[in-house]
Amino acid sequence: MQSLVARSSVLRPSVLKLSARTFSTSSARAQAVPTEKPVLNKQFKIYRWNPEDPAAKPKLQTYTVDLNQCGPMILDALIKIKNEIDPTLTFRRSCREGICGSCAMNINGQNTLACLCRIDRSPSKDTKIYPLPHMYIVKDLVPDLTQFYKQYKSIEPYLKNDNPPADREFLQSQEDRRKLDGMYECILCACCSTSCPSYWWNQDEYLGPATLMAAYRWMADSRDTYSAQRKEKLQNEMSLYRCHTIFNCARTCPKGLNPAAAIAKIKLELATE
Amino acid sequence: MSSTRVLGLGSALRQAALKPRVNAFRMVVPKRGIQTQSLSPSAMTEILNSQRLKRPSSPHFTIYQFQLTWLGSIANRMTGAALSVLLYGYALAYLVAPGTFDSAHVIELVAGLPDVVKYAGKTILAAPFAFHSWNGLRHLAWDTGKFLSLKGAYQTGYAVLGATAVTTVALVLM
Repeated sequence: MQSLVARSSVLRPSVLKLSARTFSTSSARAQAVPTEKPVLNKQFKIYRWNPEDPAAKPKLQTYTVDLNQCGPMILDALIKIKNEIDPTLTFRRSCREGICGSCAMNINGQNTLACLCRIDRSPSKDTKIYPLPHMYIVKDLVPDLTQFYKQYKSIEPYLKNDNPPADREFLQSQEDRRKLDGMYECILCACCSTSCPSYWWNQDEYLGPATLMAAYRWMADSRDTYSAQRKEKLQNEMSLYRCHTIFNCARTCPKGLNPAAAIAKIKLELATE
Repeated sequence: MSSTRVLGLGSALRQAALKPRVNAFRMVVPKRGIQTQSLSPSAMTEILNSQRLKRPSSPHFTIYQFQLTWLGSIANRMTGAALSVLLYGYALAYLVAPGTFDSAHVIELVAGLPDVVKYAGKTILAAPFAFHSWNGLRHLAWDTGKFLSLKGAYQTGYAVLGATAVTTVALVLM
């Protein structure tokens, strides 16, 4: 090998010269430092309440984060604050990609998932983060969703059919399957229900957009035979009819679904049956 | 077992057992001053319930972003209530004192007012009436299954606002 190199250099000295020039470093290059991004500080005002000190009123606490040292989403900022500034900050998060629904919160006045919400990069405007509106707070950004889940359970969110096909699975036409699109995608993050003023005022009796859309998802399913009983359960003043077609639910849904339309269809079916 | 759990020594003892050659006494000395207590399930429910009593409710309409959706709805509610109060109030007043609240007296009263007050009063009456009427049609459309998309809700919302402005001007100039 050595002899080969030696021979080639003897034969073609210009090649050696060129490669030597390529690998040479100037003194300026040796001292060059990687360009650092400038500091871009932004203030995050976050709702705090600690159950260990229940007498203290909930307050907004301000944290300053350098956006150039932080990921692009609100959840990245929250995790950065928890890791580096204040480990007592409490919030739910899991998948960081908008499929688990854990990090639902009110960001700059609108309910959304922190993992799907980009940070507004203008440093002059601070970002306000509250828990989901009009919910009992367990700690900081963690609301108590017990009632929400109970309501979901109450509509029996599963296929009910007394005569399942004996030898094979349920079959469904493509048109019937298409009726479920825009409803089965719901991840139960509770953004819509907690954005609904009707749900704020009548949470104990009104089921709320998320649960009602789930109810309609099973009414619209061609394989379910309990549609009449499901409708019967909603035939009262409170469960369904507290919906006043406000559309906050459709406006806020981080998955782009439309609970308001589903509820309007239930109302129409109840009125025309 | 329970005493080691109370002292938080479980892991330290395990470590000491796995590494017998190191000074066992030093490994057993707890590193943290945290004491844990095991509780019965009923006691945990009690703690949870005592916490639940003190939980605050998170802020709602005071922090929610202004959106045409819910502001339109609350405006519909308020104009409806105001118009109802006016209708029933006037009807009841006429019932109580028909001599004071008949048409002739009302016309006489309004005729004596300066123009500014006349136009302002007409606007205050016409704008809620126009908004509530148009928005009522919007709700009827929704109830028959029309415009049920978010885009539809916004387009009809702006249409109602535009129609309200035009109708208000027309009614005031009448």
